[in-house]
Amino acid sequence: MLTAMELTGSLGIVGYGLGAIGPGIGVGLIFASVIQGTARQPEARGAMMGTAWIGFAVTEALAIIGIELAFVFG
Amino acid sequence: MAWLMPLDTGGFEAPGVSSFDFPPLFPGAPWLSRYMIQAVVSVALILAFWVIMARKNKLVPSKGQYVGETAYFFVRNSIARDMLGHDFRTYLPLLIALFSFILVNNLYGIFPLTLLPTTSHVGWCYGMAGMVWFIYNGAGIARHGVWGYLRRTTLPAGVPWYMAWLIIPLEFASNILVRPVTLSLRLFANMFAGHLLVLVFVLGGEYLLVNSDPIFNKIAGAFSLIFSMAIFGLELFVQSLQAFIFTVLTAQYISSAIAEEH
Repeated sequence: MLTAMELTGSLGIVGYGLGAIGPGIGVGLIFASVIQGTARQPEARGAMMGTAWIGFAVTEALAIIGIELAFVFG
Repeated sequence: MAWLMPLDTGGFEAPGVSSFDFPPLFPGAPWLSRYMIQAVVSVALILAFWVIMARKNKLVPSKGQYVGETAYFFVRNSIARDMLGHDFRTYLPLLIALFSFILVNNLYGIFPLTLLPTTSHVGWCYGMAGMVWFIYNGAGIARHGVWGYLRRTTLPAGVPWYMAWLIIPLEFASNILVRPVTLSLRLFANMFAGHLLVLVFVLGGEYLLVNSDPIFNKIAGAFSLIFSMAIFGLELFVQSLQAFIFTVLTAQYISSAIAEEH
């Protein structure tokens, strides 16, 4: 019934999946620290979120550049 | 079991890079594309918004004036003053113009009549990041002079002299060369990937629901179409966040260029 699966497509997308691991861990670490900081000192939440968004954008840029390279080389 | 694995894609054309190619509206004017029309309309909208908001200001604001003041104070207080400190007034018009232009052009992506973010065309992002590059380098050179600015940006205070051969090329690459690239690519790729995500859910869901026979595919297509509403919500968040991030990073680059040595 089910023949052997033939998958066609771009290997660049697999590479992007691997490349997204690092930024994923990085973004997780940033917001883990924000949650922890908010739990310890709730009134400092505003100042922490401002820095966290910048850090999030800088970290996320790696994953975003990865998806572009997957299209460029794919 | 075969219907569980629809490997045969049939006539479905997956959305890809070609989904962003729009032919010029008139054959004689290749620059007049859909992106250009959207950007020009956005400038007119933004200009109308700020002119109407700035007119007839009262001490006790009306509802409309309150909206305008909230938008203005958001950029002024939480972006410009936080990042630039006491001399933020010089750069406030630039930051407000950048923020409103990017926000409106990003929000085109979920506005029902356009459904295409202008910034998903990389040329607009290159243009804006190039402008920001000239402005922050120009501000630094105007403040410190060419050599003073280069020394301040490439050699942070407190670096021992024997590390200078390593630090100077690294800091030069990171502060002068890489900054405009990441600034433009971050905005572009977020909008590009977001629009592609919407296309995958909507076009794929539509194809599965309408043009595919197995009942499993129809259920999956309907679910995908419903879930695309959540994707639109995510896009609304990402588009606002990217407009904010671009403006914050612009302010931060200017602030680091004109900063005195600590």
